[in-house]
Amino acid sequence: MKYIDEFRDGRLAQQIARAIMQEAKPSHVYRFMEFCGGHTHAISRYGLKDLLPKNVRMVHGPGCPVCVLPIGRIDNAIELARDQGVTLCTYADTMRVPASGGLSLIKVKAQGADIRMLYSCADALAVAQKNPQKQIVFFAIGFETTTPPTAVIIQKAKALGLKNFSVFCNHVLTPPAIAHILKAPESQQVGIDGFIGPAHVSTVIGSAAYEPFSEKYRKPVVIAGFEPLDVMQSILMLVRQVNDHRAQVENEFMRAVTRGGNQKAKALMAEVFELRDTFEWRGLGSMPNSALKIRGAYRDYDAEQRFFVSCHQVADHKACACGEILRGLKEPADCKVFGKVCTPENPLGACMVSSEGACAAHYTYGRFRDPAQNQERQYVS
Amino acid sequence: MFRKRKAYIRPLDFQNGRVDMMHGSGGRASAQLIDTLFVEAFDNDLLRQHNDQAAFDIGAGRMVISTDAHVVSPLFFPGGDIGCLSVHGTINDVAMAGAQPLYLAASFILEEGFPLADLKRIVDSMAAAARAAHVAIVTGDTKVVEQNKGDGVFITTTGVGVVPPGIDIRGDRAQPGDAILVSGSIGDHGVAVMALREELSFDTNLHSDTAALHTLVAAMIDVVPDIHCLRDPTRGGLGTTLNELAQQSGCGMMIQENALPIKPEVNAACEFLGLDPFYVANEGKLVAICAKEDAEKLLATMRAHPLGKDAAMIGEVIADEHGFVQMQTAFGGNRVVDWLTGEQLPRIC
Repeated sequence: MKYIDEFRDGRLAQQIARAIMQEAKPSHVYRFMEFCGGHTHAISRYGLKDLLPKNVRMVHGPGCPVCVLPIGRIDNAIELARDQGVTLCTYADTMRVPASGGLSLIKVKAQGADIRMLYSCADALAVAQKNPQKQIVFFAIGFETTTPPTAVIIQKAKALGLKNFSVFCNHVLTPPAIAHILKAPESQQVGIDGFIGPAHVSTVIGSAAYEPFSEKYRKPVVIAGFEPLDVMQSILMLVRQVNDHRAQVENEFMRAVTRGGNQKAKALMAEVFELRDTFEWRGLGSMPNSALKIRGAYRDYDAEQRFFVSCHQVADHKACACGEILRGLKEPADCKVFGKVCTPENPLGACMVSSEGACAAHYTYGRFRDPAQNQERQYVS
Repeated sequence: MFRKRKAYIRPLDFQNGRVDMMHGSGGRASAQLIDTLFVEAFDNDLLRQHNDQAAFDIGAGRMVISTDAHVVSPLFFPGGDIGCLSVHGTINDVAMAGAQPLYLAASFILEEGFPLADLKRIVDSMAAAARAAHVAIVTGDTKVVEQNKGDGVFITTTGVGVVPPGIDIRGDRAQPGDAILVSGSIGDHGVAVMALREELSFDTNLHSDTAALHTLVAAMIDVVPDIHCLRDPTRGGLGTTLNELAQQSGCGMMIQENALPIKPEVNAACEFLGLDPFYVANEGKLVAICAKEDAEKLLATMRAHPLGKDAAMIGEVIADEHGFVQMQTAFGGNRVVDWLTGEQLPRIC
């Protein structure tokens, strides 16, 4: 695959690994947070930990859209599909996220609710056009990457004058989450030396969006692509910044990310969405100005308005360490229920759901590294 | 003297006709469908006896039986259809014990309104597949369900075969040090079917690899009678099959990512669909595990057979009490190849 295989070249990876080994000072422990689930996945999928020296450690961040979706919002989606009788269209990742009462969208679907899994949000519009007698709601989730497409379908629905289509908006923003992690007193405890910045999100918002962090908090940020060589190269760049006492925003993902980002996408987002005063993130709690809602001009397409969705907060399961894992305070293997009660088949917490979640990535690709006492024998029913 | 004469029944309209509830009633319409479609297509001595079962003699060895339900959607796909798939699938399950498949039974659940033309196409495809494999379909059953209570047609086939004396192929015989071989490129079937799904529709020249593997198996056990394990990595793909074998045998596996035969178009399709070819279904591939010293011989035999020409040695069985299947990535790191979680592609076979 042209332009993909080049970024998975094992020999080049070894060269970068050697450079990291040579340049990382043995006296220092480097802790870098990869914000995005896409990076977490690449690190686990390609076994990158095996290529890094012991004193270069990766801390997983909260950048997995499914993982940060609070239970209350999933409950809302379930209520829409089950109690209000709407056809709920959603990306497949949200189907297994545990909600209140042991429910999830996939279980509610089995009980008879009309829930459809889509690859593209545009398909939701097609479902609405094909089923004029039904109310279709698109369950929109994700960071800035998936937001512009949602804006497009809302505009399109308005242009088509669709009366049976609306969007349950749960789009969240990346910079406030990074700021939250940096501001939290506990982040001093973790001692993050720098960030691998988002890949796809940055194609939309641009690298300039991270400049305040490097200036205000003196933390280096290297924006990196999701291929394994991108990740390796960005780690090397971060090691160099730390060694040089620099705190800059550098762009490893130059083939896709510009300083200003995608102006058209940003204009679309601004046209259709506005900031929410506050929004609850799973694991991070409520954060001001951290999410988007649909503007008044498009209120007819806002499912929260149409169906009077009332938001409520639901606490995570007590034993689940997702919150701490999302903030980089714990590793999946530190969680008491990891791999025992909580598995990808029966996730207790959201980090075990999406393949980008830190727990799912570690369970699927990396758990053979855990100490033997943590290992349950492989089983299937 | 009376001559027995059958009452006239209007012939089935295989161009424009449709399955209706009477075709499953057990009455004359059922009999007509069976006689003019199934018996006609599958024609063989045992079926022609019109019994509710088929009785036959078997030679020396252990008997093998296996059954498989087929619900693939869409029913027709590049390289095959639900008909030949239902024949190949069960023949392969029988053959993976090292058995010579002998007979098949086929059971149809038809949905009211299903076009007879499509049914005939499917049945003809089954007949051709069975004939090519020299395995007769000797008994069967047909039921009809009301509209919207099925999805066109579901086919369940059951196969019987006989394992020659001295052959002992089981999922629990993998031992540390054994070699792991695969008979060809993985993921072709799943991607070929996936490409037709209405919600995806992308163009590809890929064909399903659906094929009956018993002649390949026969050639393999001819050369290496002591093959330890054989399995066809269908639903759940190679990753799932290796995990099953590791669990049954109580050992681990180490796979070399670089050694996996994967077509570039399968890789590309999986890349943009977010799938892992390791978990995508195959319908004409097998995994073989044998002693290290037999591996080269077995590989050469597989490569000499048309259905194994792209065979490859992909890894080895290792001692691991946790039964992990691990992979040395092309990138130089290690990772687990886990059981498939959830459903990657629903209704693929």
